[in-house]
Amino acid sequence: METISGARALMKALEKEGVKEVFGLPGGANLPMYDELYKSNIRHILVRHEQSAAHMADGFGRVSRKPGVCFATSGPGATNIITGLATAQADSSPMVAITGQVPVSMIGRDAFQESDIIGIANPVVKYSFQPRHASEIPTVIKKGFYIAETGRPGAVLIDIPKDVQQNEAPMEFPEEIKIRGYHPWTDPDVTAIEKAITLLLSSSKPVILAGGGVIISSAFAELQSLAEMLMIPVVTTFKGKGAFPETHPLSVGPIGMHGHAEANKIMAEADCVLAIGTRFSDRSVGTFDEFEKHLKIIHLDVDPAEIGKNQTTSVAILGDVKASLRIFVRLLLQKATKKSEHNAWFEHVTEVKEYWRQNLKLHPGELTAARILRKLREVLPHQSIVTTEVGQHQMWASLFYDVIHPGTFFSSTGLGTMGWGFPAAIGAKTARPDLPVVDIAGDGSFNMTENSLATSVLDNLPVIVFLVNNYTLGMVAQWQRTFYDRRMIGVDQKHCPDYVKLAESYGAQGIRVGNLDELGNAIKAGLKSDVATVIDIPIDPEENVLPFVAPGTSLKDMILPS
Amino acid sequence: MWAILSILVENKPGILFKVTHLFRSRNFNIDSISVGTTQNPEFSKMTITTIGDEKQIEQIVKQLDKMIDTIEVKRLDDKKTVYRELVLFRVKVSKASDTMEINNIANSFGAKIHDARKDSIMLELTATPDQIDNLQELLSKYEILDMAKTGVAALQRGGD
Repeated sequence: METISGARALMKALEKEGVKEVFGLPGGANLPMYDELYKSNIRHILVRHEQSAAHMADGFGRVSRKPGVCFATSGPGATNIITGLATAQADSSPMVAITGQVPVSMIGRDAFQESDIIGIANPVVKYSFQPRHASEIPTVIKKGFYIAETGRPGAVLIDIPKDVQQNEAPMEFPEEIKIRGYHPWTDPDVTAIEKAITLLLSSSKPVILAGGGVIISSAFAELQSLAEMLMIPVVTTFKGKGAFPETHPLSVGPIGMHGHAEANKIMAEADCVLAIGTRFSDRSVGTFDEFEKHLKIIHLDVDPAEIGKNQTTSVAILGDVKASLRIFVRLLLQKATKKSEHNAWFEHVTEVKEYWRQNLKLHPGELTAARILRKLREVLPHQSIVTTEVGQHQMWASLFYDVIHPGTFFSSTGLGTMGWGFPAAIGAKTARPDLPVVDIAGDGSFNMTENSLATSVLDNLPVIVFLVNNYTLGMVAQWQRTFYDRRMIGVDQKHCPDYVKLAESYGAQGIRVGNLDELGNAIKAGLKSDVATVIDIPIDPEENVLPFVAPGTSLKDMILPS
Repeated sequence: MWAILSILVENKPGILFKVTHLFRSRNFNIDSISVGTTQNPEFSKMTITTIGDEKQIEQIVKQLDKMIDTIEVKRLDDKKTVYRELVLFRVKVSKASDTMEINNIANSFGAKIHDARKDSIMLELTATPDQIDNLQELLSKYEILDMAKTGVAALQRGGD
């Protein structure tokens, strides 16, 4: 056993977990760990605000499916990451945040830059640790990573007092750990899966509702096999967007408040749903009681607390999505069950889909949401990673940007954090420097974390900011137009700032476009650029996101373009 | 619906905070709570009584079970469980006959008398929450000056 400082042990433990990058910002209480970071082989990516460090770690984690790591100092540094922790936790993203804390002897004395971050973070993390002795650090890191990435992934906070970083102790690095109150694995429930298959086969209008769990467990091939064998149309939640190739004949698209018209129609007609890795969010299903009327629900999820939380289920299947879907496919192969393409339900779904894809009335003009996002899809290579911010542009991305390669679309869907997409895109680029990464942004959201342009440029992590710019907090404006009789307040950004100049001031590339051809060229320029590219795309501030399922109503009551 | 939850947790600082925070953030009610050490110094036992519909209680149990610091969460069947709460009342004595009457009430409940003074009497009762409510109702006629309850402790009969 070697005797080293807590900070040195932290770096060794992170290296043992395979960590190559951390996102962070130093301060008084985490200086000892930064000094050891200086001596280690781990790359430090400096942010301009700790919230962005957390979002970068989150983006990294979603793409690599390994916990992203962020560092922040005590007090305000730590409180600045709370939104990042809550965002990652709400979307089950693996993340480990490591904060400095005042020395143990000062805790509870309202010391300078002291905050009770363990108490503050409690409801927004999967678990948290505050080691009080240096010797605890190797075990705490091992447990932290284990909790963050297993079962339903989530955010873990490790708060290390400054003296615990500094003190030396004999260190033992465990190879394996067990936590007696934590059982992330359950074997697939074969009996329940058999019941589910019987129910699906006996239904005349079945659908699969794929949620974020499919993406988290990377069960794309299994989902596709299952859907194709049973010829069941696939709708997704918004978080599940891209769990299934959206150009596939069985794909009907996301349901929900701003779901595809055809998806909401089909969901409302279905008599049985196989819901996979979804928590039946109100944004996805509308009113809970209305959703489950006339519908048999088969719910597969890794988290037992999600089963029965929002919807009553006919068949509950507890287990990992990928492992359980493999059993579905295996059982179907054994039964040699395969449905023909020529069944009335599939034909009806195809008709409904075709109808809405041709007849949904679009906003007039050249630079409209539908046209610019279809242009992006046309120019962007299929494997490219897309993140979004939160607001109208996000819902337009859901409606008009088809994910072709599964698992390449990420958004803050649970917490709905404006300002998430850009730093998350930088985190994604860190995980996959070989792929183009685009943040589909709105101006309001981009304003919140645009100083991450410095990180993108200086740390050589070039991404494209596809800025759908109406100089308005557009989604709020849409609600004010729809529900508040056009009493517009607090939404007009008054053409400030100039995004081309803003980008250039950071050493990034800024391009303003006036038509679709220029847009295509700007995307191509961004794909070739060594620095971040902000494409400023002016759109009509009056353009609404439609269809729209108003809050407190059901999917069948959606508002369509008039 | 009233339910008794028996929760075995790691005996570490901060767990009570996490459990009560879960009730608050999930919009559940705590009717009573008691916490104590167990025969194994590594574990503590919390007994929480709560009120909710069937679906809510099922959800509380699942959310508690999901917590990493909980080792075992059981919903106890009150028909197969011994559950008791301890209460102390200080009751006002206004006239001489009150003392006799309060003594009689105490005897009928099996409550102990402590600290009998000319202007007040303290009673102690270990009983089910229902019996305690009944006693409280009878004593309220004499004016209850102060009271304290421990929360419920519960064990299922014959093990599980």
